[in-house]
Amino acid sequence: MAEGSGGEVLRGPHVLEYPYRRSLGPALGRFFTGLRDRRFEGIRSRSAGVIVPPQEYDPDTSEALDEFVEVGPAGAIVSWTWVTRPRKKQPLDHPFAYALIRLDGADASLLHVVDVGDESRLATGVRVKPRWAVERGGGIRDIECFELEETE
Amino acid sequence: MSEEAAPVTYIVTPVRLEYDHSAGNAATLFLRGLAQRKIIGTRTGPGQPVLVPPRGADPRTAELALEAVEVSDKGTIVSYSIVRVPSENIHFELPYVCINILLDGADVPFFHVLQNCPLDEVRIGMRARAHWVPDEQLAPTIASIEYFEPIDEPDVPFDRIREHT
Repeated sequence: MAEGSGGEVLRGPHVLEYPYRRSLGPALGRFFTGLRDRRFEGIRSRSAGVIVPPQEYDPDTSEALDEFVEVGPAGAIVSWTWVTRPRKKQPLDHPFAYALIRLDGADASLLHVVDVGDESRLATGVRVKPRWAVERGGGIRDIECFELEETE
Repeated sequence: MSEEAAPVTYIVTPVRLEYDHSAGNAATLFLRGLAQRKIIGTRTGPGQPVLVPPRGADPRTAELALEAVEVSDKGTIVSYSIVRVPSENIHFELPYVCINILLDGADVPFFHVLQNCPLDEVRIGMRARAHWVPDEQLAPTIASIEYFEPIDEPDVPFDRIREHT
C-alpha cells in the first residue's frame, strides 16, 4: 500500500492474479501441438463437418470424435470487428481486427487477430494466412496474427 | 522447435486484474496505525463492538463506525487452519498455521499467521502476540506484523470465546 501524506486516504496498486495451468486433453492437445509445429488440425464430425479448433465430442450427437484433419494454413474472413484503440493487454499495439476465419478445409471458423494496418482492406471473404510467432508451444498466441494472403 | 518435440499437454492462461485501490477512511486509519506499531479498530460509539480491521460501518446495522479504538497486539486464537499448499506470494515455510485471533479489546477476530509453534500445540483458546518488523521497516501495511507467536499465558476457556470460534 502506497504511503500518502498527512490525513489523506491511502491508495495503491492491488494486483489479483491466478496463473492457471490448463490441461488440454486429447483434442486440444493435438491442436496446440500442431500450432507449435506450424500446422492446423481440425476434427471431422458427422453433424458439423471439420471443426477447428477440434472438440472431443460431436456438438449435436455427442459421439466421440477422433478423425483429425489437417486444414489451412490460409483461410477466408467470415466476420470481423475493428479495434480502433487497442488496450494494453490486447495482442497488438496498433489498430487491428478480431476476425472469425474459416481455414481452407474447415467447416467452422477460428477466432483470431488480423493485422492489416487499415480497416478498409478488410471484407468478408478476404484471404488471410497466419504469421507464426518465433517462440511457440504456448497456446493460441503461437499464431502471432493473421495477415493478408497477398502481402507476399 | 523440432517436429519431434514432446506433445503440448497444457497451456498457461493467467487471469490478472490490476486495481488502483483506495483503502478508504477506515482502512487508512488502521494502516497508519500499523506504521506506528498500533492496531486500531473502530466502533459506532461507546459500548459498541470494536471492529478490527475497521471497514467503516457496523456490518450488522450499517451504522457508521468512525470512532477509533486502539486494541492490544495480544489476543486469543479462536480458529486456525494448517496450510500445506504452497503459494507464490507467501514466503512462510510449509506447513504453517493461519489463525483467527480475537485481540484483547476487539469484538471480531483478526486473520494472520502463527509462527514459532509446533503444529500439534496450536489450539483454540491459546494466547498469542504480534511479532512486529523492526522499527525501520514499519509501514502502513499489514506486513508490519510479521506473524503472531504463542505467549506464556493461560488458555482462555472455550465458553468465553465460543461465539467467535
